[in-house]
Amino acid sequence: MDYKEIIASYADKPGGIIEAFHAVQSQLSYLPREVIAEAAQVFNIPVSEAYGVASFYSMFSTEPRGKNIIRICESAPCHVAGAAEVVQALERELGIFMGESTADGLFALEFTECVGQCQATPVITINGEPYLDVNAATIPGILAKYR
Amino acid sequence: MAEEMRIVLRNYGKIDPLKIEDYIAQGGYKALEKARSMSQSDLIAEVKKSNLRGRGGAGFNCGQKWSFAYGAESDIKYVVCNADEGEPGTYKDRLIMENDPQALLEGMAICAYAIGAKQGYIYCRGEYPQVIKILNQAIEQAVTKGVLADFAIEVRSGAGAYVCGEETALIESIEGSRGEPRFKPPYPPSQGLWGKPTIVNNVETFANLPAIVENGADWYASIGVPSYPGTKIFTLTGDVNNCTFFEVPTNTTIRELIYKFGGGIPAGKKFKAVQIGGTSGAFIPESQLDTPVAFDNMSTIGATLGSGAVFVVDETRDIVDVAARIAGFFEHESCGKCAPCREGTARIAEIMENINDGFGEMSDLALLKKLGRVMSVSCLCGLGQAAPAPVITTIEHFMADYQAKIL
Repeated sequence: MDYKEIIASYADKPGGIIEAFHAVQSQLSYLPREVIAEAAQVFNIPVSEAYGVASFYSMFSTEPRGKNIIRICESAPCHVAGAAEVVQALERELGIFMGESTADGLFALEFTECVGQCQATPVITINGEPYLDVNAATIPGILAKYR
Repeated sequence: MAEEMRIVLRNYGKIDPLKIEDYIAQGGYKALEKARSMSQSDLIAEVKKSNLRGRGGAGFNCGQKWSFAYGAESDIKYVVCNADEGEPGTYKDRLIMENDPQALLEGMAICAYAIGAKQGYIYCRGEYPQVIKILNQAIEQAVTKGVLADFAIEVRSGAGAYVCGEETALIESIEGSRGEPRFKPPYPPSQGLWGKPTIVNNVETFANLPAIVENGADWYASIGVPSYPGTKIFTLTGDVNNCTFFEVPTNTTIRELIYKFGGGIPAGKKFKAVQIGGTSGAFIPESQLDTPVAFDNMSTIGATLGSGAVFVVDETRDIVDVAARIAGFFEHESCGKCAPCREGTARIAEIMENINDGFGEMSDLALLKKLGRVMSVSCLCGLGQAAPAPVITTIEHFMADYQAKIL
């Protein structure tokens, strides 16, 4: 679906701009400038305000990024369980640093705060899907599913 | 010794969460029927008498909060469920929503009848897409069964902002804005969502209601500590043998949480500290472990019950490093609306990073204490007010660890 159609489908929902941004982002992986401008028009708010919403929430990106978004929890329970080693393993495996995307556009690497799966730390999520108890050894197998 | 007691998680593992028939077979929606046979004021009086206090962290008397919204003159009122569970180390609301979503819907419907609301919202954090699916299916089934009558519930998704757990920030987010807390008063029960009287309660608070209505206020008020009765779900993380969850009466002590339910510290190591209530909670030393977990008991030792997260660190952990990481969390999650929090969290993080990297001075500790005091009284919302607590309490109880990094 084209982004204009996606945004239009939320037009009748009061305050629905956040839902609309989620829906667009699930297709495009980020919120391009024209999406923010279109949403501002549909929800009848200034573009600055729509941009303010897009830039406030950590799950939204206003910059292009890889299709599969890998988020690593850096909150205290994952921190003491060895999140730093998982970060190193991911950076090594993908050949990029935290905050970057792979050149083929397949992966984006981001930090996140707690994702609420603390029964088996450390935790990463890929496109919202949680992977528990990860370590350097299990990373390649997890990434293979998305390659 | 306290035993586990499941009120909120009464159906955990006993029903198929996606089958409303299972919930009804366990007696589900009988409480709502009973509530609707009572007058609104009698129902509110009963909830007030049960002394159920908000499970989201602030601990306000639930029935009393409802009475404000009930008394507010307005054609339109809203019931909002705070499912923006962002407190690190906490996953209790996810457990409730994944395993017994109808209990939440029933609790919300009881509240809606009590205050006279026709529309409800569940604001669920964006990190829980799978939970949002479950909730939508549960709502669809409840609508098909007709159990909610004329009360409609819509799920809204957050998008990764810890501050949206603050009720007015959450309301701003439902309205489609940046999730920045509002100035109070007015409080949501008089002017909340779209300026209308609104009750915002936590998932765990709502999930308690069917049992309270069904079994009566006296039954509930007799469980646990009288000033904060009932049960509380705890989630254990860090250096404990059982990184798990359990629901216990509020007279359970911190020591029981760690040693009885948590199975103690792994590999024969010694306990060092525990942080309860989430990442803004105080770090508690060994000497205070016999404190009951109830709200006011925790306050007396300068700690909080909060979300019920229990984060244990053993003797081998570098507690300054942990506190520095937490300071980084608050710098990231401060929304930036008020200067004391925007600047304060950044400066705490900066000073803590310095100390952690070996560049600190003893005078930094005095600075941190002063900054913490200023923030606790001048920040606009609970995020900034509580943000210094982990740093301040680790300085207080684990001074030697700081000295070791500074000297």
